[in-house]
Amino acid sequence: MYGLCLNPVLLMTSSPAEREIMPYDVVVVGAGPSGLACALRLKQLDPERMVAVIEKSAEIGAHILSGAVIEPQPLDELLPGWREQPPPVCVPVEKDQLFFMTRAKRIRVPTPPQQNNHGNFIVSLGAMCQWLADKAEAAGVDIFPGYSASDLAWNADGSVAGVIIGDMGINRDGEPKDSYVQGIEIHAPVTVMAEGCRGHLSKQLIRKFALDADSDPQTYGIGIKELWQLAPGKGQAGLVQHSIGWPLDPDIYGGSFIYHLDKDRVAIGFVLGLDYADPEFSPFEAFQQFKHHPSVRPLLEGGEIISSGARAVVEGGIQSLPRVEMPGAILIGDGAGLLNVPKIKGTHQALRSGMEAAEHLVAKGSAEGFDKRLRDSAVAHELHKVRNIRPGFHKGMWRGLLTAAIETVTAGKLPRTLKNHADHEQMQQATEYDAPDRAWQERDLPPRDRLASVYFAATAHDEDQPVHLQILDPDVCTTRCVAEYNNPCTQFCPASVYEMVEDENGLRLQINAANCVHCKTCDIKDPYQVINWVTPEGGSGPNYQNL
Amino acid sequence: MKILVGIKRVVDYNVRIRVRPDGRGVETDGVKMSINPFDEIAIEEALRIRESGKADEVIVVSIGGDECQQQLRTALAMGADRAIQVNSSEALQPLSLARALLKVAQSESADLVILGKQAIDDDNSQTGQMMAALWGRPQATFASRVELDGTTARVTREVDAGLETIEVELPAVITVDLRLNQPRFVKLPDIMKAKRKPLDRTELGDLDIGADAPLSVSDFAPPPARGGGIKVDDAAALVAELKQRGLV
Amino acid sequence: MMSKILIIAEHDSNTLNPSTAKCVSCAAAIGGDCDVLVLGSGIGDVSRQAAALEGVSIVIETDAAHLAHPLAANLAPEVAAAAGAYSHVLGPSTTFGRDLVPRVAALLGVNQVSDIMAVEGPTTFRRPIYAGNAIVKVDVPAETTVVGTVRAASWKEAATGGSASIESRPASSEAASHSRYVSLEAGDGERPDLQSAKVVVSGGRAFGSAENFEKLYALADKLGAGVGASRAAVDAGYVPNDMQVGQTGKIIAPELYVAFGISGAIQHVTGIKDAGTIVAVNKDADAPIFELADIGLVGDLFTVIDEMMALLD
Repeated sequence: MYGLCLNPVLLMTSSPAEREIMPYDVVVVGAGPSGLACALRLKQLDPERMVAVIEKSAEIGAHILSGAVIEPQPLDELLPGWREQPPPVCVPVEKDQLFFMTRAKRIRVPTPPQQNNHGNFIVSLGAMCQWLADKAEAAGVDIFPGYSASDLAWNADGSVAGVIIGDMGINRDGEPKDSYVQGIEIHAPVTVMAEGCRGHLSKQLIRKFALDADSDPQTYGIGIKELWQLAPGKGQAGLVQHSIGWPLDPDIYGGSFIYHLDKDRVAIGFVLGLDYADPEFSPFEAFQQFKHHPSVRPLLEGGEIISSGARAVVEGGIQSLPRVEMPGAILIGDGAGLLNVPKIKGTHQALRSGMEAAEHLVAKGSAEGFDKRLRDSAVAHELHKVRNIRPGFHKGMWRGLLTAAIETVTAGKLPRTLKNHADHEQMQQATEYDAPDRAWQERDLPPRDRLASVYFAATAHDEDQPVHLQILDPDVCTTRCVAEYNNPCTQFCPASVYEMVEDENGLRLQINAANCVHCKTCDIKDPYQVINWVTPEGGSGPNYQNL
Repeated sequence: MKILVGIKRVVDYNVRIRVRPDGRGVETDGVKMSINPFDEIAIEEALRIRESGKADEVIVVSIGGDECQQQLRTALAMGADRAIQVNSSEALQPLSLARALLKVAQSESADLVILGKQAIDDDNSQTGQMMAALWGRPQATFASRVELDGTTARVTREVDAGLETIEVELPAVITVDLRLNQPRFVKLPDIMKAKRKPLDRTELGDLDIGADAPLSVSDFAPPPARGGGIKVDDAAALVAELKQRGLV
Repeated sequence: MMSKILIIAEHDSNTLNPSTAKCVSCAAAIGGDCDVLVLGSGIGDVSRQAAALEGVSIVIETDAAHLAHPLAANLAPEVAAAAGAYSHVLGPSTTFGRDLVPRVAALLGVNQVSDIMAVEGPTTFRRPIYAGNAIVKVDVPAETTVVGTVRAASWKEAATGGSASIESRPASSEAASHSRYVSLEAGDGERPDLQSAKVVVSGGRAFGSAENFEKLYALADKLGAGVGASRAAVDAGYVPNDMQVGQTGKIIAPELYVAFGISGAIQHVTGIKDAGTIVAVNKDADAPIFELADIGLVGDLFTVIDEMMALLD
């Protein structure tokens, strides 16, 4: 058994056909801000280096979803002069507002210093990644959208050799179709994992190399976002609004954002911690309720929804930051877990970690030493300063706000570090949990339901392919889970992927894999951890436009 | 034998189409663009014919600005031998497209031209037929099966009445339907190889196709929303209503 | 100047295709004189049927052996030769018309207006683009012949009761030596193809099993209808993938679409929004499909199907 596992070469040669191998100096998995910054920086520092970026979305940016208000400093370093030719959606922040919401009212409260956005920009991160990819390609990076890195390739010594691109043209039962094409392997001395939050290969690597042995469990949130075209004249370009409070229960961490772009377009969304306890809670519904608050609804009325989507965000901070190097590979960006929760920003961290990685690789030539470099960098210092704010909310909003105030005043210098807890362990059983009366109401703004929301995500999967949401133990769903948690996957999934269906064969879990928007919430929040998200055929998934 | 395949860059099939608020077109800002799906089937068919040994060369041509080079590169990555961009800053209507394609076909001495049956943006379904007419050559539209035997092509066409088979002598224009084949996935190393394949650029003006009076296309609008209609109480009322409307 | 409109008849040598009567309605909307051109071999019956359409002035019949089969290469020169006296040439937007009419337009040296769905003036039309996701106005430039195809789902058939004269016109061209008709294999004679069926009945997951879908097939056969399904029914394994209607399935535009137990998610509705009449049968009165159905019936789908079967006998 062990011998077999330790001898991947043996396994490879026993496969039906030898996979073609393309060698590179560096292969980057994921064309988000961290991966693209890394690839571009590598080329800037050493134009001779062959760099490939693999991206599962059909087009660069199509799986990117973020607020997004960004700090521009890393861009100034990476692309001096970028302000003269900014990305397509890029609006300077004019005004910051924070509100506390009750069912009927919203009350303006002071903006905490971390959320002061003076000098920052509202962007579409998807559009920005496209823009960044053009620059990277111009610098000589080979970028391959529409190809998913479905597995890892290994060297005989157990180090990471690169990635395996998923086969195309496999039917639902796993048999090759007429269009079958075997995926290739991309090998490189260093593989840069830039998959974003809860990357499925990064998850394997963290487990295999026990990268999280010395850190707290990673914690997550879910972000749901829509882009709206408002009725003419309703937009206030540059206005940034956040809220806490209703419609969330006080023990759920989270809040809303409304970012006014140009041309009467507005990005509206909701982010909440996945450590909530109520198994029947629906993050999607919470967001839709927020849109119907008397202070928000008038903004959207008369407008049109353009695009929508959801994505898990990483919230664990420095306590949960795993070791970011291993033999042959490194982790960067949200794939490592670098988002700054109190700032509600991760893009600057992603860009900076990508650049740090590139500089490290050019200086040292291998993964070794990157963990120390990142932990000594501004990226980690920033996380250290705010380390206690998010876990302070573990005991509810009021305790959290108090902790946040103390940690902010002391700039994180108090000699204490609060612990993180795994999100999937925080759910209470349905019979034990007594949900408060949330006074949620009938609603009429689009999208009507999650299925309609998926439509605005333009998500597409060839339905004749293996289901990419693997249930490791399907019996759990119809026996234990239905009794204990009432199948929370049917609630937390923002895309209605999971349905419990009763038909002539009895109760079963119906997986509508084609609806999936690749947010990874199920992989994180399922209380039994039996849902394993893997990449579908390359090019599948949402086709986000300017999210 | 040379096969010429015409391809068009269009808004991707998966993109939700939105009419621009000013009514002057549909939103293409930041929208994914792809090879027209029917044209992809045309490329695939040409490649299969070449791979079966019945053709020597597959040339892809697209008429448009430099942005269509992206789609030509994809066609090259699928396996086309070389590409021609007919550079045109403005979008042409089918008659002019047909004239331009014909010039290219003639200068390349193409024996077979394969096109998609229609582009999924304008949905005109005209260019192939027009090209065949201007050429004075046969057309075989909506093909779901193509067999070549020397200089004869036997084509099965998807028509409303069923499957019609015709024979045409080459050179000819074939336009392809959805069920003809399943286009191949592009293998990643072929993307790199495609970067080194020849892509020639010709100015539309140099083709000397003259000027046809174009149709004026304006006032883009979303389709009228369907309102709810009537409710009936039972099957009898439903059948009566359908009969009254002449639907059953 | 008054419009003079020539309509190219579609037929199978015996029967005039209803699409021709729809073209006559379109011509009536344009206004002016309307003649019908019947090309074929042994087409006397067809010409008489065309002459009976209300609004037709003259039926022009060109009867020649080489026109026996609808080869565009043979038909187009005849139409182009006859077109000289006309301001408009129209054909149906069927596979027949879509094959032939552009070839005629090219011979006349004009662009074509495809899929006319509405007439706003003698040279101004509305037509769908992007699979019906946008509608545009098209103006044909002055001094050029209007050549267009008429979208079947947008027009009703003109009434019969007319009595146009029938004139014979000799063929002006020889048979094209480069094109040969070989055969026509009609559909398997059973159920019409989902994409070309005039009537489609469609079922959702509410059917509960593959066996229960048999009831829908029986109703389809009674109506001469094609059968579709929602993605949920496909995913549940009740029906094969190729029956799926909607965003990731087939986009269809039958004259009548009857949805049984389909809730009407946008993904499904996208596939039927061009249908002529939509009927919804669902036991959930709040199902979104009722918001767009032309005729709605709240009730149990099996009961409704059984009753329909009896009533349609």
